[in-house]
Formats: sequence, structure tokens, C-alpha cells
Amino acid sequence: MSDSIKDRVIAIIAEQAVLEPGDVHPEQTLDDLGIDSLGVVESIFAIEEAFDVSVPFNANDPASGDFDISSVAAIIAAVEGLVADQRTACA
Amino acid sequence: MRRVVITGQGTINALGRNVADTLEAMREGRCAITDLEFQDVERLSIRIGAQIKDYEAEAWFNRQQISLYDRFTQFTLLAAREAIGQSGLSFSGDLAARAGVVLGTSGGGMNTLDENYRSVYEDGKNRVHPFVVPKLMNNAAASHVSMEWNLKGPSFTVATACASSNHAMGQAMLMIRSGMADVMITGGSEAMLCFGGIKAWEGLRVMSKDACRPFSANRNGMVQGEGAAVFVFEEYERARARGAEILAEVVGFAMTSDAADIVMPSKQGASRAISGAMQDARLNPEDICYINAHGTGTAANDKTECAAVADAFGHHADDLMISSTKSMHGHLIGGTGAVELLACIMALRDGVIAPTIGYEEPDPECALDVVPNVARSAKVDAVLSNAFAFGGLNAVLALRAA
Repeated sequence: MSDSIKDRVIAIIAEQAVLEPGDVHPEQTLDDLGIDSLGVVESIFAIEEAFDVSVPFNANDPASGDFDISSVAAIIAAVEGLVADQRTACA
Repeated sequence: MRRVVITGQGTINALGRNVADTLEAMREGRCAITDLEFQDVERLSIRIGAQIKDYEAEAWFNRQQISLYDRFTQFTLLAAREAIGQSGLSFSGDLAARAGVVLGTSGGGMNTLDENYRSVYEDGKNRVHPFVVPKLMNNAAASHVSMEWNLKGPSFTVATACASSNHAMGQAMLMIRSGMADVMITGGSEAMLCFGGIKAWEGLRVMSKDACRPFSANRNGMVQGEGAAVFVFEEYERARARGAEILAEVVGFAMTSDAADIVMPSKQGASRAISGAMQDARLNPEDICYINAHGTGTAANDKTECAAVADAFGHHADDLMISSTKSMHGHLIGGTGAVELLACIMALRDGVIAPTIGYEEPDPECALDVVPNVARSAKVDAVLSNAFAFGGLNAVLALRAA
């Protein structure tokens, strides 16, 4: 299941970056991938829609909130956390 | 060259129902940002705004008028009534033909759109009120002002997002200066505080959930407001000949386009507009004592605006005052420059500089005198009012004391 979250997040990021999913690697930053501030907001929207979660993110201060967007791996981990929280909440 | 002066001003906004109450609130540094109240607000993640509370349209307008006047039109008409009343003008014959109205708005009849979309999409109704189109159109307010006061000259609406009012007032000024008109009713209005209006803004992730703190290091976004401000711009010789009270002179205007990004501001574009307004006004940077900032409270705007001011003013940037009154009345989007012009006129007439409230922590990237939290007394001869819109469209006005 964890792999599938990773694959789906990478697919979302790849689409924003106009790359093949195989060209997006966990250690890369969004900057490396050429995703600008509007691209970040769109990616987060796509993640919220795909996983039915609410992502705590304010464009005024991307470092605040608990959602780490410093690399592709960090985003995947953050989404895994949100999805896990959601399951707990429903249980 | 024909000179342009202001002979009337009017407003309704969350700080006050008229100019006197609004200026008193600005002097006292009052914050009008509160919990939003409207249908479905519980479905929003952003629930604060500078909303005009306890407003009853029925107290001002009859049933037939309300069926045609969206909230943004109502605000416009109330502000125009105060402004034109103060000017003492009535429009007939030749003057009516030489007088027009140019207003700014971004969303136009947003409440009308929202209510009728809800009706047909959510409630499944197949019929809407016959006046939906004339009520929601962006030029409805300008047209109703022209009808109410018999203004038969050049009239239209300007929509440049957050710079709409400044662009509108700039057009009004240029029309009088060029001889196209003798009197122009101008300013702007916005009424976007409804479910759809805020929901759309939430998506951009630039709104604050708790407060508007322009220039403060801990700022975390903009907060919307609503309302209108309207002014009477008049050719100087005409105003003087009839013995009108002159509130201020509109001496310069400039507009530029960043041609760069649909949302991120540009230092160069803003700086060129600031310098352009001073050149148009034949003012030197040292002549400007106060700037009413665009100052939205977003990370991007405030640091870019401060850099632009530093760029345009050089060392004098450290000597002038710059404040954002959005911290008090919120961001009125297409109406914001108009409400902010009230603070500029207060600085020139009363020597009172409205503060930037909510200021908590200095930001090295906004290292200017932002008049934190408390209003200040100062003798001021010339001021600027900045507006920088999404889409990279910048409009700056320069005013002088009468």
C-alpha cells in the first residue's frame, strides 16, 4: 500500500513537471523538477483530491504547517502520514 | 495643463458607514476583521474577513431597487451619495454631458452569481430571477450611478483585480486632464464575501486564517474585506470658480505591466509604476512623505513592495512613512485602492498617518517605517497610493495637499 502511495504521488508530481514518472526520483526537490509556486499549489490540490485528505499548506510560509515539501521523498512521507491519520480517524 | 482636484468623498466599508467613521477608526487603529457570517461558511477553511455587519439593504433601497442592485452596486450607490452630496454638484444640461463615471470592481455581482448558481446547481431549480444578468454584470454599479445622478459623459468599469480602483481613478483623472470631461465620479466597490468568493481564494493558499499582519515577519497571508469608496474628481478652475471645498489634488498617475507572472509580483514593474507616478506629477522622491502601500500581508507582496520602494526612492525610502490600512479594512480587491485613497486624503488634510496594525515582528526584508500599530501626526504635502494586481498590472496615484 505504501508503494502505491509513493507511485501515485510521483505520478502527480511527474504530471506537474511534464516528465515521465520514471524520471522523478525521491531525492529531488520540486525546484529541481522545475515546479514553481503555482505548480506546488496545483500538486497539493491533486494530492488532496487523489487521497481525499486535507493538506496543511500556506503558500506564504511553506515551511510552516506539518507538510514537508522539501523533496519528493518528504512529500511522499507527508502524504503517507496524512493517509494513516485519516485511517486512524475513521477507525 | 488642466488640473484635477477632489471635491467629494464617500464610503461604506467594515470600518465605517461613512467617511467620518472610517477615518476615526483608522486614526484609532481599529481592526474590522471578524468571523464571517453567510450561508455555508462552515464549509470553508478561511472564515475571517472584514465584513460589513448588520447591513440591511431594506434600510436604504426599495424592493424594486434591490431586485436590480447586487451588494456591490448598493455599496457603490451609498458611497456615491455621500461623495456627490459633499461636492454640492447637481448634473443637468452641459455639465451632465461633460460628467461621467469610471469605477473599479473585480468580481462585480459575485453574491448574485453565488446565489443563483446555488439555486440551479444545488437546489436543482430550473428558473432564475429575470434580472440576474443586469444585476451581476460588472458595469451595473457604474450604470446605476450614471442613472441616479444623470451623468451622460464617458462611463465604464475597469477590472484589473486588486488594482481596479486605482486604474479607474487614473482613467478619471486623465479624462479630466485631457479635456474629455469636467467632472468624473470614480472609485470602486467589491462584495466578494460569499461562499463561492472565498472558496475560490482558498484554493490559492494565500489567505490567512487568523489575521492580516502586513510587513510583520510572522505575516501569513491576506484577509478579504468588502465595501466601496467613491470620489468626485473635478477640473480645478471649475471647482475654484464655484467655491467648492477642495480635499486634495490628483497630480500624477502611472501604470505598468510586469509581463512576467500571473500571480507573483515583480519589483521592477512596481518600481516603474511608482517612479512613473512621481514623474507624471513632477514630484521628486524627496517630496513624498507617505505611501499607502498595497501591503496585502502575503509573504510575496510585502517584501517585493518594500524592495520596489527602496529601488524607486533610494536613500529617501528610509525617511518616508508607508502603511497598509488593509490590516484594518481587509483587502477589498477591486475596491481596495478607493478605500485606501481615504487614508491618503486624511494624511494630506488632517496630518494623520493611518497605521499598519497587527504588526508584531520586524522583517529584515520589509525594513521601512511602516507606522506600526499606532497612527502618527505628520505634516504631509504629497503622497502615493500603490496597487499591484494579480496578472502583474500596477497602478500608482500621486496626490498633493490642496
